[in-house]
Amino acid sequence: MRESEDEWTGLMRAAISGNDTAYHRLLKAVTPVLRAAARRGLARAGQPVDLSEDIVQDILLAVHLKRHTWDANAPFAPWLFAIARNKLIDALRRRGRRIFVDIDDFAETLPGEPAAESVPANEIAAQLQSLPARQRDVLQSIAVDSTSIKDTAAKFAMSEGAVRVALHRALANLTAKLREQ
Amino acid sequence: MDTDQLIRTLAADNARRAQPVGVLLAFALLAAAPLSIAMFFMMLGVRPDVMTAMHNPFFDLKFVVTLALAISAMIVSLHLSRPEALLRGWGLLLLIPVGILAAAIGSEMMLPQRLPMMTRLVGHNSRVCMTAIPLMSMPLLAGSLIGLRHGAPSRPAVAGAIAGMMSAGLAATLYASHCTDDSPLFVMTWYSIATAAVAAIGALAGSRVLRY
Repeated sequence: MRESEDEWTGLMRAAISGNDTAYHRLLKAVTPVLRAAARRGLARAGQPVDLSEDIVQDILLAVHLKRHTWDANAPFAPWLFAIARNKLIDALRRRGRRIFVDIDDFAETLPGEPAAESVPANEIAAQLQSLPARQRDVLQSIAVDSTSIKDTAAKFAMSEGAVRVALHRALANLTAKLREQ
Repeated sequence: MDTDQLIRTLAADNARRAQPVGVLLAFALLAAAPLSIAMFFMMLGVRPDVMTAMHNPFFDLKFVVTLALAISAMIVSLHLSRPEALLRGWGLLLLIPVGILAAAIGSEMMLPQRLPMMTRLVGHNSRVCMTAIPLMSMPLLAGSLIGLRHGAPSRPAVAGAIAGMMSAGLAATLYASHCTDDSPLFVMTWYSIATAAVAAIGALAGSRVLRY
């Protein structure tokens, strides 16, 4: 448990210094832990656990867009769990629940129950349609069709820089829309 | 979009990273400051006897108090922009301007005064003080909230209130050069009321715009 948290901190430091593979590995590693915690939190609040994947995606987006607030000299896990707790509370509040989030939901990094991969996430897909066309096309090309940034640029006759900008704007817009809903 | 796809997409976006919150807050405040300064010169202006007033330590102390408030609130704001940050402990920084003010009141008490205490406390400018400080704070508060939006505070209302205190501290620094009431008793009463009003507006605004 301690070891995995130290590993996360190392991966996040590498990610921040520009290592995309480390970043990918980090997000992959934290996801099952976030999923288990989101399910525990939902169950405790008497909510259906099939909302968990939406919460996980919400957390991942916030981690991505707010990672400049992480202090590279601090451990990564407390920062991650603070965001996760915030997003779980948000999700429950949006559903008009009285908020009762146990700190322990996000205090342990043991991946509890096996990940329920079959649960679909709906919120991002629903909001995707409201993005400006160019941003949606770029996001869909990279996320759903797994086209590289280079090939996406060629496909839409854009520069790679413009694709990167559109992708980032799409992610930021998506997060804003999820927050407003 | 399934979670694996999202993760792959986020990794593809890793190259784009935002500036630290402090940098954005500094830029936003620098952009807002000319507005507040213009408001100050249009509505109030520096008091005419400023050159003599500067020799009065109680005139100078007003700036020490307001700047101590602005700086300590700025430090706390930046701290609170981190998701895992708590006010606990850091909130004590906000006691620095209070301590300076208390010491100033103490030393004023020790010195012989021409005017009775209540007269010094009530002063001549309380209404201007309570209007001008909140008004001149507004551009700074808007700027600081725009800057702090790049952060991720766990309690947006608290973060907004502290941003309000910072803006009020800066606006009060401008106002102090206009006001002819130099008694720390006046500062304690009216500047505090003005600051509390701006902090309340900041809390309301923050609870809306600082959520992430």
